Amino acid sequence: MAVLNDEQIMLRDMAREWTQNESPVTEWRKVRSGGDERAFDPAAYQTMAEMGWTGVIVPEEHGGSDFGWMSAGLVIEELGKTLTASPIVSSTLAASAIMLAGNDEQKAKWLPKLASGEAIGTLAIDDNPRHDGKVDGTKASGGKLTGTKPFVHEAHGADIFITASDDGLYIVEKGEGVSLSTRKLADSRSHAAVTFTDAPGDRLANGPDDLLDQLLDRARVLTACEMLGMAQAVFDTTLDYLKQRVQFNQVLATFQALQHRMADLFGDIAMMRSAVEGGLQALDAGFGIPRAACVAKVTANDTMHKVSREGLQLHGGIGMTDEYDVGFYLKRARTLEADWGSSAMLRNRFAEIGKY
Amino acid sequence: MASLAEPESRTSDDDFRQEVQNFLAKNFPPELKGKSNALSSVEGPTEESPAERAWREAMGAKGWGTPTWPAEYGGGGLSRKQAAILNEEMAKVGAHNPIGGMGVMMFGPTLLEYGSEEQKHEHIPPICRGEIRWCQGYSEPNAGSDLANLQTMAEDKGDHYLVNGQKTWTSGGQWADKCFCLVRTDRSDKHRGISFLLIDMDSEGVDVRPIRMISGVSPFCETFFTDVKVPKKNLVGEEGEGWTIGKRLLQHERTNLSGGGAMASLMGASLADIARHYVETTEEGEIADRVLRDRIADFEIRWNAFLLTARRAGEEAKASGGVSEISSVLKKLGTKLGQERAELAIEIMGFQGLGWEGDGFSEKELQGTRGWLFGKATTIYGGSTEVQNNIIAKRVLGMLDHQ
Ligand SMILES: Cc1cc2nc3c(=O)[nH]c(=O)nc-3n(C[C@H](O)[C@H](O)[C@H](O)COP(=O)(O)OP(=O)(O)OC[C@H]3O[C@@H](n4cnc5c(N)ncnc54)[C@H](O)[C@@H]3O)c2cc1C
Repeated sequence: MAVLNDEQIMLRDMAREWTQNESPVTEWRKVRSGGDERAFDPAAYQTMAEMGWTGVIVPEEHGGSDFGWMSAGLVIEELGKTLTASPIVSSTLAASAIMLAGNDEQKAKWLPKLASGEAIGTLAIDDNPRHDGKVDGTKASGGKLTGTKPFVHEAHGADIFITASDDGLYIVEKGEGVSLSTRKLADSRSHAAVTFTDAPGDRLANGPDDLLDQLLDRARVLTACEMLGMAQAVFDTTLDYLKQRVQFNQVLATFQALQHRMADLFGDIAMMRSAVEGGLQALDAGFGIPRAACVAKVTANDTMHKVSREGLQLHGGIGMTDEYDVGFYLKRARTLEADWGSSAMLRNRFAEIGKY
Repeated sequence: MASLAEPESRTSDDDFRQEVQNFLAKNFPPELKGKSNALSSVEGPTEESPAERAWREAMGAKGWGTPTWPAEYGGGGLSRKQAAILNEEMAKVGAHNPIGGMGVMMFGPTLLEYGSEEQKHEHIPPICRGEIRWCQGYSEPNAGSDLANLQTMAEDKGDHYLVNGQKTWTSGGQWADKCFCLVRTDRSDKHRGISFLLIDMDSEGVDVRPIRMISGVSPFCETFFTDVKVPKKNLVGEEGEGWTIGKRLLQHERTNLSGGGAMASLMGASLADIARHYVETTEEGEIADRVLRDRIADFEIRWNAFLLTARRAGEEAKASGGVSEISSVLKKLGTKLGQERAELAIEIMGFQGLGWEGDGFSEKELQGTRGWLFGKATTIYGGSTEVQNNIIAKRVLGMLDHQ
């Protein structure tokens, strides 16, 4: 854990207490069986907003707390631990897009609402089912967008879509020209193919040349935070399980073969934490972001992947049951691994940045 | 660690930086630029050139080879901040730290913590001046990972101990002046029968026999003690406290083995640079073999995550005081990555990366081969990777044998 300031420690402790007490995995089970397509509990999201979590990166003048990325990451990590379903990551990223490239009017219109949780934003970037950082299917013409984004997260609850087109990023409001087809993924969260048909958009014109990359780097780091929380939770749960399950008249934790696998995972998660925190620190410092984001997301991908598989294996048969939580993490993990760049895609990007 | 507490800063950072620059301008011999002494403890001492000697003495007089150690024992007495400035300025002019070895890496910090005032005044200053070489007498033929099984006996003879037994794998034993040793003072208790004793290597009855390693050199020895008389003042801590002190020293060893020190100095140029030199590149100067390029990126990303972890551990240690159990994790991760890197470098270089000696290879290439082989030791010594896993599982994760 990075050395935190008092503000950050308070924020993290608050998030930890709330998620453990008010939003354990049983809450996610309720949401899942509730059948609401948004796949989160609006009342819970409102509570999170009231605690200030939806506006952590947003400047104070626009209703946020301006605590920065490290602080946002701490909250997201805690939410990840209990698989708390909410559009907080998507909405924070939508806010960051507007912060990066919005004009004063756009900022004044949307940031306070996103920060207060009154509006929900999400990213509609990829034109393909596999993220490749390219936008080749969605066209903008005369301020109207046309195209289909096959997998948009948190689409059902979103009020605005930060939409990538051949003419850069646009804010598109739900409603006119926007239609959703639900796509049910293994993680049971909200995903939809979003089709824009001459949908009116408001261009985010004030950004840097590499706006899309900058936004994606933020998405990579924040997604990695959620994965960090999940990996830690799987590890902790598995360790607890090994310490109580008895076979051959011994608790499983005393078998060296299993001890060494846990020691390996422990080391991997230590590196994952450093890589993720390195990404957050780069965002806060505004320096070395592309590299740090690659390191954060690739490390998170690879570690989460391994931990989710090992966690299930070490639970034995019980790990295969829907009644046990560890399977939820596995299913959610794969969505997040695919988000904003697989390890292969990002290694290539890392090599390009380093001119390998 | 009270003895390593940060002293009050004496001068402002800018003044200090100026002081360092002046010192370097005056004392650092330009012909030593870019040289290092990091491998000297591996391959044995080379003849010290007059310039090297002058540089060691200048640094030693300042105590700047051990910058944060207390000045009263010959250390630099610098704050961490000042030590960082010193490092930066030395790096700028390509100056290496001429003061090193086991005395600096492990024995000194341990003695500062556990030694008596008299012992500190006797042993620390020569370490700071780089005058005395220390070696580590821990392992024995039947006490490797199971170190506490050691049998070398120190018998109480009133005013001295009489030591008999055999140590092995003693790195640098043939060149060392002194040995910090774990010996048995009580046969009835495996752990509490162990004591920490300092032995002069030129005492009567000490015999060393070098052992040849797969990398071709003989940097370590079998060490035999036959009726060696050791004065009682050379006992560190109490009788029976050796296991506690000895383990503490291993934490320092691990921290050094993983992060900075030997491994980092073996790294040198980036793998991508090596690849661009040895394999085909595209017109844009990129590595043409995309699979190889991908594997290099994979390694570099993991290496990055490791460096961030080492840095984080340092920051956490600073916040909480002293080395921590994370040293086991760092040792295990850093040594594995170091080995992977060496293997990948060979794969990149082809046969050019396997040169043993003679014509057709650059000095660097030959060093690389030896370094690759020597590097295999890093997951064995200082507590093997498997032993680190045991430590992590049992002490950090609480996966105990008896629950
Ligand atoms: C280059 C080099 C320099 C060295 N320098 C010094 C020195 O200066 N001073 C000194 O005192 N010693 C030194 N050593 C010795 C080193 O500390 C020992 O080699 C090390 O402790 C391992 O002991 P061993 O060689 O007896 O292997 P063993 O303990 O016999 O181990 C053999 C294998 O079994 C594994 N193993 C052992 N116990 C367990 C267990 N409980 N669970 C799972 N796996 C296990 C080990 O990891 C290893 O893979 C050096 C070694 C090398 C290679």
